[in-house]
Amino acid sequence: MTRTLRARRAKPRVFTYVMMVVLTIITIYPVVWMLGGSIKPADEIFSNPSPFTASPTLQNYVDGWAGAGVPFSVFLINSGIVAGLAVVGNVIACTLTAYGFARFDFRGKNVLFALVLLTVMLPKHVRLISEYIGFANIGLIDTFVPLILPHFLAIDGFFIFLLVQFIRGLPPELEEAARVDGCTEFGVFWRVVVPLLTPALVTTAILTFVQVYQDFFSQLIYLNSPENYTVPLGLRQFIDSTSSSAWGPVLAMSSVALVPVVVLFLIFQRRIIDGIATTGLKG
Amino acid sequence: MSKKLIAEANPLAALSPRAANAGSAKKPRQGQGYSARRGRIGLLFLAPWFVGILLLVIAPLIASAYFSLTDYDLITRPNFIGFDNYERMATDDRFWQSMKVTGTYVLFSVPFTLIASLAVAMLLKGGLKALSFFRLVFYLPSLLGASVAIAVVWRQMFSGDGLINGLLALVGIDGPAWVSNPDYSLGTVILLAIWQFGSPMVIFLAGLKQIPESLYDAAALDGASRIQVFRNVTLPLLSPVIFFNLVLGFINAFQAFTPAFIISGGSGGPADSNLFITLYLFQQGFGALDMGYAAALAWVLVIVVGLVTAVNFALQKYWVFYEDRT
Repeated sequence: MTRTLRARRAKPRVFTYVMMVVLTIITIYPVVWMLGGSIKPADEIFSNPSPFTASPTLQNYVDGWAGAGVPFSVFLINSGIVAGLAVVGNVIACTLTAYGFARFDFRGKNVLFALVLLTVMLPKHVRLISEYIGFANIGLIDTFVPLILPHFLAIDGFFIFLLVQFIRGLPPELEEAARVDGCTEFGVFWRVVVPLLTPALVTTAILTFVQVYQDFFSQLIYLNSPENYTVPLGLRQFIDSTSSSAWGPVLAMSSVALVPVVVLFLIFQRRIIDGIATTGLKG
Repeated sequence: MSKKLIAEANPLAALSPRAANAGSAKKPRQGQGYSARRGRIGLLFLAPWFVGILLLVIAPLIASAYFSLTDYDLITRPNFIGFDNYERMATDDRFWQSMKVTGTYVLFSVPFTLIASLAVAMLLKGGLKALSFFRLVFYLPSLLGASVAIAVVWRQMFSGDGLINGLLALVGIDGPAWVSNPDYSLGTVILLAIWQFGSPMVIFLAGLKQIPESLYDAAALDGASRIQVFRNVTLPLLSPVIFFNLVLGFINAFQAFTPAFIISGGSGGPADSNLFITLYLFQQGFGALDMGYAAALAWVLVIVVGLVTAVNFALQKYWVFYEDRT
């Protein structure tokens, strides 16, 4: 870039920075306000819109933790089980599928791959109604099975697509070399491809976790009894059973609900953002 | 060249008929027997997916279509009632209300989110030192926005004595009870969608990075203004990415559920102003146990999403620029 060009772009920088800082405040304010409200005494939450308080308290967390009848820890554990197993299933099934699509040629492959992309676009409700009827008929309502099993069958086309993109970016020579050395096809996949895929698998795992952890619709239809509730259901139960003025504990439990996602995001932010960027472009 | 990469890698481009071969790997042809055997091994890797697509996608789709022609209530045997469920929609005011609410939401949330995300991406791409910080902050809402927790926070923020009215009171404005007022309630849900502009923004930033700097330098040498550069360099080269965000934005917006459910306490209120189609089919299927009608509503949603996506694809040839095809 030439000197003049740089000079031309230098001036709007200040303007850009000011804009970005203002936008940052607007963007982050709801979250900061939620955290602030969660440690304010009841009478102060709405009397001042500032997130800060002179007399912080943890009472809201104490009240909220038991507020839904079942301790909030039960919801966190249930969510952990559902989302954790969904991650395991999704990583295994989507990786196998993606490798099959990325590295093998067979008849009808383009049609099948188009089917993968179509499942990304298909509203899940049309599936869920029949799936619900099916699971109801075999007595699996109010269990975690309907929430976990589908992830072991690679129904999330989004991640298949993400991994196909990534595998296509790997040099095929390494796999050829392993094949020449007498490795079986599964050995090539397991010993050569999977280790190279680690970054994409981390992205898949994190995004699956976040998605399943926050999924509301399917958990709402499948889980009925409070001791099986996951975090979104527990939170909803809590706001339904709380008077509208008890906002401190509600904000406290909302904060607790978001902690796992925020922590994962802070640890793996690069992977997550690169993964999202990859879906729109190339791997 | 990088434009070609965008075009090739864009998953939606892979679906268009002109790119029918985009999915096939470029490999040297080997002996016939060898490749057929390898093909069969490939199919083995797809085994879980085959089971999933048959049992959890295709079969449920067909079953839903069948149930939509019955009066199934989960308890008694389904009776075949032809197209009664679909005819019922024609005179069902709440169905039309749900279409209106969903349509309004989609028409406002998708374009505004895209414009906001593109504008911020353009501002950020100049190579600010703090780029990664801003990208981080702006992306966070996309990760949190679909949660019940944020919907709860939103409900509190926009309630009569909530944060927003607290802020408005500072400048002497007496705001309405946003979430419980039918005129504003849907607006708060739309705002929540726009708040999540970070996800398309990240994709735009990656797309902008693929546009070669030399094109901007050439345009600058020719004395092009900023607006001319944006219209003649940035927009066309970014159009496949805009298309991707647009199509996915529409598909996702039609399926919005959680915020409307939480803000309205599951009712779709006030005065059905938050009665999204997903919420209505939930009420019909899992509240009233009218699975037949819910299945019909779900199929209408599929058809609407399919039509909108098809129209998007049909229109792309007028504005989406793929270098290798023009």
